[in-house]
Amino acid sequence: MTVSSEVLVKVEDLKMYFPIYSGIFQRKVGDVKAVDGVSLDIYEGETLGLVGESGCGKTTTGRTIIQLYKPTAGHVWFQGKDLATLKSEEMRQVRRNVQMIFQDPYASLNPRMTLREIIGEPILAFGAATGREIDDRVADLLKLVKLSPDFVGRYPHEFSGGQRQRIGIARSLAMNPQFIVCDEPISALDVSIQAQVINLFEDLQQQLGLTYLFVAHDLSMVRHISNRVAVMYLGIIAELADRDEIYGNPLHPYTKALLSSIPIPDPIYYETRKRIVLEGDVPSPANPPSGCRFRTRCPIGDAHCAEERPEMREVTAGHFVACFKA
Amino acid sequence: MANELLNVQDLETVFNTPDGVIHAVNGVDFYLKEGETLGVVGESGCGKSVTMLSCLRLVAMPPGKIINGIANFKGKDMLSMSEEDIRHVRGGQIAMIFQDPMTSLNPVMTIGRQMEEPLLLHMGMNKEQARKRSIELLEQVGIPRAGDRLKDYPHQYSGGMRQRVMIAMALSCNPQILIADEPTTALDVTIQAQIVELVIKLREQLGMAIIWITHDLGVIASIAQRVMVMYGGFVIEEAPIKKLYSDPTHPYTVGLLGSLPSTQKGARHRLYSIEGMPPVLYQRPQSCPFAPRCRWVQPICREQLPLLENVDTKHTVRCWVDIKTGKVRA
Repeated sequence: MTVSSEVLVKVEDLKMYFPIYSGIFQRKVGDVKAVDGVSLDIYEGETLGLVGESGCGKTTTGRTIIQLYKPTAGHVWFQGKDLATLKSEEMRQVRRNVQMIFQDPYASLNPRMTLREIIGEPILAFGAATGREIDDRVADLLKLVKLSPDFVGRYPHEFSGGQRQRIGIARSLAMNPQFIVCDEPISALDVSIQAQVINLFEDLQQQLGLTYLFVAHDLSMVRHISNRVAVMYLGIIAELADRDEIYGNPLHPYTKALLSSIPIPDPIYYETRKRIVLEGDVPSPANPPSGCRFRTRCPIGDAHCAEERPEMREVTAGHFVACFKA
Repeated sequence: MANELLNVQDLETVFNTPDGVIHAVNGVDFYLKEGETLGVVGESGCGKSVTMLSCLRLVAMPPGKIINGIANFKGKDMLSMSEEDIRHVRGGQIAMIFQDPMTSLNPVMTIGRQMEEPLLLHMGMNKEQARKRSIELLEQVGIPRAGDRLKDYPHQYSGGMRQRVMIAMALSCNPQILIADEPTTALDVTIQAQIVELVIKLREQLGMAIIWITHDLGVIASIAQRVMVMYGGFVIEEAPIKKLYSDPTHPYTVGLLGSLPSTQKGARHRLYSIEGMPPVLYQRPQSCPFAPRCRWVQPICREQLPLLENVDTKHTVRCWVDIKTGKVRA
């Protein structure tokens, strides 16, 4: 796989707030700051892993990047186009190139549609083919994800979780996209099936030159599939670096704690382990701590961290961290 | 053996469903010694939870039915004892915690009332004693301001805290065995690490035996001393933890361990993947249930069911083939 130096997706200070309404008049009383100032570049042909705990905003970031939500603030450039300024027809054309694969392969496929209809729908919607051509394309796509083309007339319930995820992948590939947001695509699958799907993702990237934003909480799978990894905490990016750099030399105290809590499938490792166990839970994104978001759980935070928000800075080439102490 | 707490033999459980009879557990044998932690590993539908639920007669009957086997707890068969006796075992001597702490707690009762209930019922305490003991237990599992938090309802607790409450409740009657059924699966890694550390600490303090059911080979490596791997309603391999990870002998175990991504630096290798998918057991398997997915498969695998046999002291495996030579074992 070759990663080019071309930026395919550029995200700048992206914010996505969801309003909270309360009282009998349903007045707005605050915001859930799900994404609160995320900037990153995604290079053509790479896999950028986006990890963090539930509620940290990683899924919202993925969805906001491809404009499934209208961002509260910030910009997303795709191939040099600022998506926020596009008219709806222009945006529709961009969507050919930008696709999403969802976490739950049971909920993301319409149970009343056959595979022909599910996978053919994007082709039909863009008027890219008609009649027999659609059938041929659907058959090709099924082969691409290693399912039998004979399945075209079947319904989703006839398939297992892993097969359904393949169907979702085939649908996302229907319009030859360049960029795919994979939102926890393997976390609903059994262990032995996860490896099958991960291998498929890698094969497809190789064959079709795809760029992935791979959102997941399984840190060891992210390490396996990603070129670079971004760690999110409570709406912000805490650290971003090359895969081996971030796993081998984490700088942010949150990254350190997160990585040390990965369960390692090696009993001997645990005889000499030194695990950093974080106290407490993630604070509410409706009322995040002042200054550094992580300071309430941070082992090395001090008064300064409560006053000022640490900006992302490049410590070594390509290694970004948002921490005063790192 | 003198210090054997639990001894299960030939356990078979089936479920009647509209589509036919599902053979979930097909003759499972295992034992548990005092103070040890046994890991039970397998994918969804392999029978790991049903095995433990069957032992405690917690399988809903119907549609479930335990058609064979014995489950001796300290020499008494739990499958044939009276309803009164099994309730006594479940309440006090063997406790169980589940994957989803939200559905295991009653949302309209305060944590305090739920904590006190078993103490009043099983331990014969009065209200004041039960309250005191509840606070003690919550502190033991690391809930801050335990006295105040007794008045809270489950939704006011986070996921990790709820699982701590479940553990506190399970410990309230000083069980000898704690069965933990995927207790950290619904939790984030940092919270998972907290819970695992907590259970290890409690195990040292209280000396109870633990059965930890999971699909996560990483978690089990950190907590278990012995592991049994299940597939298709059978135990297919069982060994001390280090032996299992360093010398996996069943093709399925080899596949599971191989399908995990490397934790080492450097170029990525392709993940080993087990093709196909786990079986749905409408019939009791007459041959090896893993044969359709196995890359070492031999003709005999499709004809006869292998037995669980020793390959080493304390290391048993249910497979016809010696994967080191690729030939059928002599």
